[in-house]
Amino acid sequence: MTETGFFGRLTWDSFPIAGLMKDPNANEIVANAAAGVMIVGVIAVVGLLTWFRLWGPLWRNWLTSADHKKIGIMYIVFAIVMLARGVLEGVVMRAQQAAGPGEGFLEAEHFAELFSTHGTIMIFFVAVPFVFGIANFLIPLMIGARDVAFPVMNQISLGLTVSAGMMLMVSLVVGQFSTGGWTAYPPYTGAVFNPGVGPDYWIWAIVVSGSGTTLTGINFAVTIYKLRAPGMTFMRLPIYCWTIISSSILIVFAMPPLGVAALMLAADRYLDFHFFTNDLGGNMMNYANLFWLFGHPEVYLLVLPAYGIFSEVFATFSAKRLYGYNSLVIATMCIAVLSFTVWLHHFFTMGQSALINAVFGIATMLIAIPTGVKVYDWMATLYRGRIRFSVPMLYGLAFLMLFVIGGLSGVILANPTVDYQVHNTLFLVAHFHNVLLPGVLFGLLAGYNYWFPKAFGFRLNEAWGRISVVLWTVGFMLTFLPLYFVGLMGMPRRSYSWEDPSFHPFMIVAFIGAFVILSALFSVIIQLWVSIRDREKTQVPVGDPWDARTLEWSIPAPPPPYNFAVIPQITDRDDFAAAKERGEAYPSPDQYEDISMPRNTGIGFAICVLSGIWMFALVWWIWWLAALVTVLMLLSFILWTFRLDTEEVIPAEEVRKQHEAWLDLVNSAKPVDRDHETAPENRGLARPDLKAVT
Amino acid sequence: MKRAPTHSYPGLNLGRRHASADKASEVVTFGFWVFLMSDLVYFGLMFAIYITMIDAQAGGPGPHDLFNMTSIFAQTLILLTSSLTVGLAMLALKYNLPRWRIVFWFSVTLVLGICFLVLEIRDFMDMAEKGGIPQRSGFLSAFYGLVPLHGVHVAAGCLWLVVLGIQLRVFGLTDLVMSRVVRLALFWHFLDLIWIGIITIVYFGGLTYG
Repeated sequence: MTETGFFGRLTWDSFPIAGLMKDPNANEIVANAAAGVMIVGVIAVVGLLTWFRLWGPLWRNWLTSADHKKIGIMYIVFAIVMLARGVLEGVVMRAQQAAGPGEGFLEAEHFAELFSTHGTIMIFFVAVPFVFGIANFLIPLMIGARDVAFPVMNQISLGLTVSAGMMLMVSLVVGQFSTGGWTAYPPYTGAVFNPGVGPDYWIWAIVVSGSGTTLTGINFAVTIYKLRAPGMTFMRLPIYCWTIISSSILIVFAMPPLGVAALMLAADRYLDFHFFTNDLGGNMMNYANLFWLFGHPEVYLLVLPAYGIFSEVFATFSAKRLYGYNSLVIATMCIAVLSFTVWLHHFFTMGQSALINAVFGIATMLIAIPTGVKVYDWMATLYRGRIRFSVPMLYGLAFLMLFVIGGLSGVILANPTVDYQVHNTLFLVAHFHNVLLPGVLFGLLAGYNYWFPKAFGFRLNEAWGRISVVLWTVGFMLTFLPLYFVGLMGMPRRSYSWEDPSFHPFMIVAFIGAFVILSALFSVIIQLWVSIRDREKTQVPVGDPWDARTLEWSIPAPPPPYNFAVIPQITDRDDFAAAKERGEAYPSPDQYEDISMPRNTGIGFAICVLSGIWMFALVWWIWWLAALVTVLMLLSFILWTFRLDTEEVIPAEEVRKQHEAWLDLVNSAKPVDRDHETAPENRGLARPDLKAVT
Repeated sequence: MKRAPTHSYPGLNLGRRHASADKASEVVTFGFWVFLMSDLVYFGLMFAIYITMIDAQAGGPGPHDLFNMTSIFAQTLILLTSSLTVGLAMLALKYNLPRWRIVFWFSVTLVLGICFLVLEIRDFMDMAEKGGIPQRSGFLSAFYGLVPLHGVHVAAGCLWLVVLGIQLRVFGLTDLVMSRVVRLALFWHFLDLIWIGIITIVYFGGLTYG
């Protein structure tokens, strides 16, 4: 470590604009355009908030709220903003590789930065917050609770995730991000080979967002274990809740290895330790093991909730009880356990004995069994169902077909002998995009379309939804299926330039596909805009627009802050569907009680801002600031524990008034059958026209 | 009279005498157990790293040159005793003994915790004098990644004791404060558990295999 000034190692040259002024070229222009978009975006948001005088409402209703529904929505908004950046980076990378043999407009360093941020953002700041945004919104509603177990900790988790994501945005404008990929393998990311700020941005973003995610995992595990409504036994939980339990367990056990690995890398870089260095006994294999000990459970903690979403979607839009509930539960837990036994398949070629590779290869292939069970269960749910091809269902069908291809290419890769041939090629890139897009992203988008009316009280535009399904599906196939072929032909991943002319046609197809994906992203935004514009025609205040089966549909849309006026007594799996069949779906409670809910608090926002400054100070070696902010964070947390007045009471009379107003709405609404669920007369009261098929 | 249910969470709980606090603690104590499990994985991994790096001494000083077992023995006794005293504080709370008993046992625990830290830091300084600094080798990096991590936990526990002591004074024995005492006691026992791992694996293991 060298002597540093008041602002650490931060100087004028740290800003990309300095590079552009010295030497204007395409590479610098792309970097500055990205920084410019980022700055213009921030100014636009600040300007709009000021113009419409929204700072007050934003602070009171959102930033300080401890309501799990609002926190969930904020997670999703954050994820979609980050998704836009991740997709754009993907398009730039495809453009670079499509330019032709030896061509291209980016420098190698810049390309490496792009694939590093793309991977880091898509996993940690799109998939994770989107998955846990939906979970945040849904879990208490599904299990019949008023909030998560620790509402304020939930807010702090959000704060940590967002501030870490902001670091990636800051790295566009100040300094540059890591070039070491999303895995950041040392010794390349160590101080000897990479003395700049890039890996430090990665490390602190990962450590901070990782601790946020750990807190989220603890929160959801405890919520589902302890806060279920009376009668909601484990085997009556919706499958989605089961997948969130599994994900939470995976988080609790799998996030620590990531934290350990990143902090050890930080010790190497900042304090000259020798965990992973080439000299003095360092051993980078420890890093590879730790990283993938986290990394493999991570992909299941992302995809299991997507499975859960599809399970709910298939059951609802087939108008059937989910087929094979028990086998789905067992398969989910099997996948969760097996996911801890396969991490080594990420580095078959890094020098283990053949026996060890074989063991991990077989363990990997075993995961295909519970996953296959799930696929058959979903198909059996569709079989003889009364299927409606709504937007979530279309995502589900695209998922079923494409995900199986991705899964099978995974089984191929699980064979170490095959892996030796295709590792580090685009075949691998094709494989994991093939499971992450049709699996995780389609699942999340299906969930977004399915539960949107529950969150906001109006349905999303159906036509634009369908366009968006087609664009995502076609875009995915055009972009990533060609990569299987070039991968088999030997094209290495992460190469900013290539020479073999036979790759070129595939690269051009993939480039076109990238534009289709970009338009798919635009179609999602247009869908949202059109839906908000036409919201008067799609109101569903009664709350059950899809004739759905689980508890969250039995309450108003949007739900009141306390979720349930009276905590329901559960007597059946798919309790709400059973109640509708009996004609007892909207009971009028005899008495109401005072409800106490967590009060608004600014601690989450404070931690968000402070942890952001803390990370920035560490990245730029501004030690006095890092120390100051550490003390401030500790102090603000300790002072917060002295606050006793953390709950506010909603009087029973108020609850009664609101609930009875809604019950009047239920009684006056016209039931709508499934053929007309996308029509304006669907006010959210379903008329079950078929007996549930069991 | 119907007895209120007890043992709604694992570990020594507040029991029937504090029914409302006991109930209020159920969810949060369970959550704290889950947190400790996650923290345990941190330590478990650091132990694993240490074991893989025992031989990575790169010609630098090894366990036989650096470890002062007399001091380790003293630290062990101090930490185990502090676990006993925090347990006594917990019992005083559970059986409604006068509040000064809780404060007294808390203070003893705090003093023992600080003594432990002082001895530990003295050990590190001795090691540094003999060239045992983390920058010297992979083995020493692993040592300094693990043992001070436990030390930081003890320091956090001490800070917690101080803050909770103040809250006992300001708020008295409210449900919230009692529930926090339960968790602090759990945390302190957890520190002890990790220390048992450290003497067995880091010190005895290091001396045997290093």
